[in-house]
Amino acid sequence: MARVIGLIAYHVFKESVRDRVLYNLVLFAILLISASYLVGQLTAGQDIKIIKDLGLAASSVFGLFIAVFIGVGLVWKEVERRSVYNLLVKPLRRQHFIAGKFLGLALTLAVNIAVMATALYAVLAFMAWSQPELAKASVEAPVVDPNLMKAFALIYVQLLLVTAIALFFSTFSSPMLSAAMTVGLYVVGHFNADLAHFETVVKSGAVAGLARALYYLLPNLAPFDIKAAVVHGQPIAAGYVLLTSGYGLLYAAAVVGLAMIVFARRDFK
Amino acid sequence: MAAIETENLTKDYRIGFWRPQPYRALDGVTLHVEANEVFGFLGPNGAGKTTTLKLLMQLVFPTAGRISILGRPPGDLDLRRRIGYLPESPYFYDSLSAEELLMYFAGLFGLRGPGRQAKVSALLDQVGIGGERRLPLRKYSKGMLQRVGLAQALVNDPEIVFLDEPMSGLDPLGRRAVRALILELRDRGCTVFFSSHILSDAEALCSRVGILVGGQLMAAGRLSDILAFQVTGWELVMSGVTPSMFAVHGEQVRHVTAIADGRFTIELAAHAEPDRIMAAARAQGGQLVSLNPLRTTLEDYFVEQVRARQAGVPARRAMPEG
Repeated sequence: MARVIGLIAYHVFKESVRDRVLYNLVLFAILLISASYLVGQLTAGQDIKIIKDLGLAASSVFGLFIAVFIGVGLVWKEVERRSVYNLLVKPLRRQHFIAGKFLGLALTLAVNIAVMATALYAVLAFMAWSQPELAKASVEAPVVDPNLMKAFALIYVQLLLVTAIALFFSTFSSPMLSAAMTVGLYVVGHFNADLAHFETVVKSGAVAGLARALYYLLPNLAPFDIKAAVVHGQPIAAGYVLLTSGYGLLYAAAVVGLAMIVFARRDFK
Repeated sequence: MAAIETENLTKDYRIGFWRPQPYRALDGVTLHVEANEVFGFLGPNGAGKTTTLKLLMQLVFPTAGRISILGRPPGDLDLRRRIGYLPESPYFYDSLSAEELLMYFAGLFGLRGPGRQAKVSALLDQVGIGGERRLPLRKYSKGMLQRVGLAQALVNDPEIVFLDEPMSGLDPLGRRAVRALILELRDRGCTVFFSSHILSDAEALCSRVGILVGGQLMAAGRLSDILAFQVTGWELVMSGVTPSMFAVHGEQVRHVTAIADGRFTIELAAHAEPDRIMAAARAQGGQLVSLNPLRTTLEDYFVEQVRARQAGVPARRAMPEG
């Protein structure tokens, strides 16, 4: 079973690395990270923070683009083009297919995040080398800050969660609708915390109860965003990163499980 | 043990979004295909052939009925190691080459190492994919994709191979190659179940056929049995005769048409006695060139069945199995 899932995942990865859209996105992200060096020059004293902030934001946004645009087509495209027919009659379960698709895109995202993290660290290392006085002035956090990896780790787990959602919609819905719903859930996920205390703004107990139910049901993505804390050198406990990652991975696993259930019962007309 | 058995196989689709209406794509199909035979599943477009194949491959689930392939249900993983499938107008991953695709699929069957490479290479040779095998599949023509589709269906040396319109998109050379391949598979002991609406393919290849019209199995059995009782007349060709020689046979002779060089085609009615008519003509100096029964073709059969359905008249009874 693991070998079959691994083979499917490897081919998703192989196919996505041959996709020009992916190259364009990664190139654009690296360009943006590199350009943050120039932006940093314009803001006296804030250079390092600006570069880190822009670098992390670019990784997050472009990672989101990759997760959504590749994720929503992962299953839909195969069903529409009927390439799935050749695969599903081989000795594998439909659940293996979904697991392979998810892990393949997870691998693609891991490589992309690694490339973007390397680009950011390269720009920061260049800053530290070319302007040593800046490094000395940066008292909140070191220029080449290992804590950035924590931010990248949480960006990655958040992208896995987004990928799982995109994959879930992709099992039964068109790419446009899937993208809209995935991005919608991503935005809602960042403001999810507001739903927990809805009773302070509405009088109806039913509405407040519904809001609380949604709070538990919808993904809570705000805890994954530690960019500001990392950039300003605030301490991030390893336990926090682990716990948040655990939540993200469990949520993603549940959504992938749902995708498997939907896909296993589907007729390919 | 039968290679493929279906019992009362029925599939309803729901058509429409707001108020979906059921549409019966397949209606109580009972089939029996023996091992090591080439079985042609024939029918006009929209008859339900692809739906049947998808049900056999568990790409869709039946509304009612039972399927057994090599004694196992269609979703069984061990069964899938023993079967191959070519979908209609196959499509594959654009960015992969034919070689990469086959290596991938061979891997799913647990093939590894040099054996896998050798197998893939031999299969691509067999279906006539040469130097193009390393090009991305997006550059392939429809006919080449069909050949790759055939190769991937055979990557596990299947005991049964299901081919949905295998000749579709092929040029005459390609069609001939696929026909030869199907016969070669049969000679190797493989059961071949293929769907087609091209009747000459069935006539050239099949030991038995099933004829599907409007989701219902109209007939199943030997093609010769299905059409044999449909002799509609005889075509007698003789030389050294004159039309007047046949006038005495009355309604037994429908037409006498001159061909050339003193040869005539004499069309006889189904109830005529060709031996007696020939003997009489010979006694007057005529010579036999050929005598052939005029049978209903599969095309005629299809047309008759479709018309019967459209008119709401019960179509001719299905032949008993075997």
